[in-house]
Amino acid sequence: MDKKNSIGIVATQYLTFGEGSGGLLLESGRRLSPVTLAYETYGRLNREKSNAVLVLHALSADAHAAGFHEDENEAGWWETMIGPGKAFDTEKYFVICSNVIGGCKGSTGPSSIDPETGRPYALDFPVVTIADMVQAQRRLIDFLGIGKLLCVVGGSMGGMQTLQWVASYPERVRCAIPIATALKTSPQQIAFNEVVRQAIMADPEWKGGDYYEFGQPERGLALARMIGHITFMSDQSMEEKFSRKLKNGAYSFRFAPDFEVQGYLRYRGDRFVKRFDANSYLYVTKAMDYFDLSGNGLFPKAAAADTRFLVISFKSDWLYPSYQSQDIVRKLKARQVDTTYCEVASTYGHDAFLLEVEEQTSLIAPFLEKTFKGYDVVKSL
Amino acid sequence: MTYKDLRLDYQVIYDMIEPGARVLDLGCGSGDLMYLLARDKAAKVQGVELDEAAIYECVRRGLSVFHGDIQSGLEDYPDGSFDYVILNQSMQEVRKVDFVIQEALRVGRRVVIGFPNFAYWKARFMLFFRGRVPITSSLPYHWYDTPNVRFLSITDFQEYCVEKNLRVLSSRCLGEMKEVSFWPNLFALNALFLLEKAANPSS
Repeated sequence: MDKKNSIGIVATQYLTFGEGSGGLLLESGRRLSPVTLAYETYGRLNREKSNAVLVLHALSADAHAAGFHEDENEAGWWETMIGPGKAFDTEKYFVICSNVIGGCKGSTGPSSIDPETGRPYALDFPVVTIADMVQAQRRLIDFLGIGKLLCVVGGSMGGMQTLQWVASYPERVRCAIPIATALKTSPQQIAFNEVVRQAIMADPEWKGGDYYEFGQPERGLALARMIGHITFMSDQSMEEKFSRKLKNGAYSFRFAPDFEVQGYLRYRGDRFVKRFDANSYLYVTKAMDYFDLSGNGLFPKAAAADTRFLVISFKSDWLYPSYQSQDIVRKLKARQVDTTYCEVASTYGHDAFLLEVEEQTSLIAPFLEKTFKGYDVVKSL
Repeated sequence: MTYKDLRLDYQVIYDMIEPGARVLDLGCGSGDLMYLLARDKAAKVQGVELDEAAIYECVRRGLSVFHGDIQSGLEDYPDGSFDYVILNQSMQEVRKVDFVIQEALRVGRRVVIGFPNFAYWKARFMLFFRGRVPITSSLPYHWYDTPNVRFLSITDFQEYCVEKNLRVLSSRCLGEMKEVSFWPNLFALNALFLLEKAANPSS
């Protein structure tokens, strides 16, 4: 990975709040306390605190969105979009990314220690929602002393959090960029999430979630991830990437992985179990299932919304099809919200929000700049 | 970019719109007109455009634009969302054209419609004397590659406005370089109409 044009070496930080009787009152009515959030920041917060961009991650990502951790070669998950001179230009903006609650990358989740028992929560961890994740992020933004965010942005589940930010705290968001996402989870998406959870729970190693002393239900979690990867790609991108290419040049006439696509899925699955907690996969997909801002959900208050929107979808994304982004746009039109919408002609499927760098940059960079500086910025053109 | 760089039809539309107006441009292209309206008249502009490359150009200029077709671009707006809805050189590409005009008049207080005049004298000449489908500077396509699905003359459109009880606030007929006032249905390449719904519909 190219370390030039990168923010460089970064480190994850931690914020813990709600010890004692505080914490988060969750949508379910249960309380989570204490809460730790893992987060990273890139660039510098200006004196007016008006240049903060909150980046929200998808299902299996984490707070490490850009740059490199010490002694690691793999860059953050949105390295191509965040850094000096990039779409989220760290010379201009202060970029924040935190791990969601329910996750397993440093924020409180089912693999964290339950202070009451001294053992991992496992399934005693309360079910969290997208709104709960956003409530936790708001505490981080408060802690950083930021009143109004310049931008909230994210793809897929990150896009759900983006929309939830506008629904929960409209006065704290100047612009929102939901990418490859939906106003509500569709039955097809819930169905895939259910199959993925069943794959984990059907593994005897899952042990009702109490596997922490013994090791992960690796078979089930790998299978879950393989299913996920199929839904992230498009028919065309799979054809381009694998076609019917064979791993060893000839059929084996056994059930070994003959085709490259099989090898790819197995590799992805095997790698995933080393970096992600199976119970977190259950909790985070459940949070997505419950997400529904249709009806008056996006704008629960009658007051005029002044958050600007840039909505992006991808033509070949069949997991979060463009019609779902257009549903968001319809809601925004009805409220006469200042909105730009683009369906990028990508062949990458749902993965496009991680891969279509040039197109997204040419939309996001000027949109953000105009939000930041107002119309004066384009007068010079 | 200044007013002088604008295409003649854009200049005429630019002059029709008062400062600070809320404008929806259907088929806005790369946003030349919207850009000047926003910059120099502080208009609140929103575009609709089908071409992806044009979308990027609009966004680069700080303009807000929807990627989509004109037909489906209107239905979600509440009544009277805009002061002006512009349908310039895009109406002739729309199949449900009557529906789109009525929708434009619902979401906009006033509607600007610009279209190529099929009864331009060169077009008549090509059809009558040469027996060929006309190709003119405002109708530059061959029969096999034209995006146009509606062909009309200025007289046709005037008749339409009477029939649909639309008030014509202004009609401007354009030649190659300047406006045409003498026998426009014969000598104008393009026409621009500023319309609103008549206050008292005749029963």
